[in-house]
Amino acid sequence: MKRRGYGMVFLLLLPALLIILAFYVVPAVLTGTMSLTNMDHRLSWNFVGLQNYKQMLQDTILSRVFWNTIVYVFGTLLCFNVTFGLLLALATSYIAERQGERTSMFFRALWLLPRFTPPIVYGVIWLWILDPTRNGLLNGVLDFFGGKPVSWISKYPVQVIVLTNGVIGASFGMILFYSAITSISKEYNWAAAVDGAGWLQRIRYVTLPLIRWPLMFVTAYQTLSLLTSYEYILIITGGGPFYRTTVWSLYAYNEAFGGYYASYRFGYATALTLVLVVISMVASIIYWRVFRFREMMSEPKIEVI
Amino acid sequence: MAQLKTERAQLSRFSPERLRVEARKEKSKDRALTVFIYAFLIVASLPIILGYGWLLLNSFSETLAYGVLPKGWTIKNFRFLWELPSRYYPDLWRTTWNTLLLAVGMTVIMILIATPAAYVISRMKFPGRSMMLAMTLILHSFPGVTLLISLYYVLRSLNLLNSIVGVFLVKAGLMLPLGIWIMKGFFDNVSWDVEMSGLVDGASRLQTLYKIVLPQVKPGIAAMAIFSFINGWSEYIYVITFIQKKESWTLSSYVNSIIGDFQFIDYGLLSATALFYILPVLLFFIFTQKYLMTVTVGGTKG
Repeated sequence: MKRRGYGMVFLLLLPALLIILAFYVVPAVLTGTMSLTNMDHRLSWNFVGLQNYKQMLQDTILSRVFWNTIVYVFGTLLCFNVTFGLLLALATSYIAERQGERTSMFFRALWLLPRFTPPIVYGVIWLWILDPTRNGLLNGVLDFFGGKPVSWISKYPVQVIVLTNGVIGASFGMILFYSAITSISKEYNWAAAVDGAGWLQRIRYVTLPLIRWPLMFVTAYQTLSLLTSYEYILIITGGGPFYRTTVWSLYAYNEAFGGYYASYRFGYATALTLVLVVISMVASIIYWRVFRFREMMSEPKIEVI
Repeated sequence: MAQLKTERAQLSRFSPERLRVEARKEKSKDRALTVFIYAFLIVASLPIILGYGWLLLNSFSETLAYGVLPKGWTIKNFRFLWELPSRYYPDLWRTTWNTLLLAVGMTVIMILIATPAAYVISRMKFPGRSMMLAMTLILHSFPGVTLLISLYYVLRSLNLLNSIVGVFLVKAGLMLPLGIWIMKGFFDNVSWDVEMSGLVDGASRLQTLYKIVLPQVKPGIAAMAIFSFINGWSEYIYVITFIQKKESWTLSSYVNSIIGDFQFIDYGLLSATALFYILPVLLFFIFTQKYLMTVTVGGTKG
C-alpha cells in the first residue's frame, strides 16, 4: 500500500524533476565548472584553474562596473522600488477609501502594465520618449517652447536607466504595500483621527510602523532582483556610452554574447556571474540579519496577500 | 467677568455654528488633499499614459507635431502586415506563429508539469520532501544571467539552439520552481475535509485530485496559465541569445531588428510593429488583470 503511494508521488514529480534537472541543476553545475576554463565559442573544456578570477582583479573596467552597479541598484531601489512604490500605494489606497475601488484599480493597473509589456516594446516607448531629435516626446515638448533638442541617453545615461527600470520596479512595492495598507484595521486610523492626527501624521505614526515588514521585505527582495536585471539596460542604452551604464550582470552578458564572435568569452563571463551569485548571497545574509527576518517568520505580524 | 468670558468662549467651541464652520473647514481641507493626490497620480502616470498613447496614435498617423499631436490618419504604417519591411526580414506571420508557439509551449508545460508536482508537495508525505523545498530556494539564488551561458552549452549539446522548443524548455525550467511554489499555495488552501470525503467515498487519490481538488484550484491554474502565456509571448533575452536563424525569429527579434534598421527613419513602422506585438498582451491584461495581480508578486523583474 505504502509502496504504491510513493510510486505515484514519483510519477507525478518526475516530469518536473527532469526539466528542472536538465535546465536548472545541470546548468548550475556547468556554470561552476566553466568558470575554471577559458572556454570560447568553440566550447572546448580547457581548464585554467582560477585564472578567470585572477583576471577579474586586474580588469580595470570591472571597478567601474562595480560602482555602476551600486549606483543603479540602490538608486533605483530607494527612488522607485521602495519610495515611489510606497507613494503609489498610499495614494491609491487613499482613493480606494474615498472615491471607490474602481478609480484606484485603474491607476494600479496602469502601473502594472509596463511589467507585462514585452521588454522590447517597453524599450521602443522609451526610445521614443528620449529620442535625441525633435521626433521624441521630451524634445518635441522642448521644441514647442523653443528649446534645442537634447540627446538624453548620452547626456544622462545613469538617470535614464534608473528611471526606466524604476517605472517597472515601482509596481512590485505598490502591490505589496497596497494590500498591507488596506488590511490595517480601520480602528487604528479612527483612533488617531479622534486624537487630532492629520493625514500625514496618520501615515507617519500608524501606517508606516504597521507596514514595517513589507517595507523591509521589498527592500531586500528587490535588491536581489535589481542586481541581476539588465534586460532593459541592454535594450535602451546597451551599457553605453562607454561602459557608463554597464552593470555587473550586463558586463557578464556582453562578455559572453555581446558584439560578434570577438566576445564569446564564456569562461570569464561565467566566473563573473558566479561572483554575482556570491554578492547576492552576502546581500541576503546582511538583510536577514539587519532586518531580523527570523522574527517575521516566527510570528505573522500583519496579513499580507 | 473675565471668568465668565472664558467660559462662554469654551462653550462656543461646541456651539452648532462653530461646529459647522469647523466641519466645513475639515471638508475643504479634505477636498484639497483629494485634489492633490489625484494631481500626483496623474502627473506621475504621464510617462505611461503618453508612452502607450503614442504607441496607438503614432501607429495610425502620418506624423506627430511636436512629438505628440497626431496629423493625418493612415494605415500605411501597417503595410508590414502584407509586405516585408526590407528583403532581409522573415515572413511576419511565420514570426508571429513562432511567438505563439513559444507562449503556448510555456503555458502547457507549466500547467501539465507544475500542477501535479505542486499537488504532491502540498499534500503528500514522502522522503526528500523538505530537501526539495530547500532546493527550490537554493536554485532561486542562481538567477537567469548566471545560467544563460551554460544553458547555451546545454542547448547546443541537445541540438536545440535556434529552436523555439529549446527556448520554452529553458524558460519553463527556470520558472518551474517558482511556479510549483505558487501552485502549492493554492493547493494548501483547499480544505483537507473535502479531499477526505472523496477518499472515504471510495475514490482513489488520483480520482479525488482530478474530480474534487482540481476544480477548486481552477483560479490558480488560470492565473498560472495567463502568466506563463504572457511571459512566453514577451520573452526577449533568451530569444535574442539562443535564436539567430530568421526562420525561428519571434516578434521580439523582429521588433529588435526594426529598431536597428528604422529607428530614426520610420517611427510609424516602429510603433505599428510594437503595437502589433503588444496587442494580445493588452487584451489579456484588460480582461484578466484580477488574475494577474495574484501572481505578479512572484516576478523577478527589478
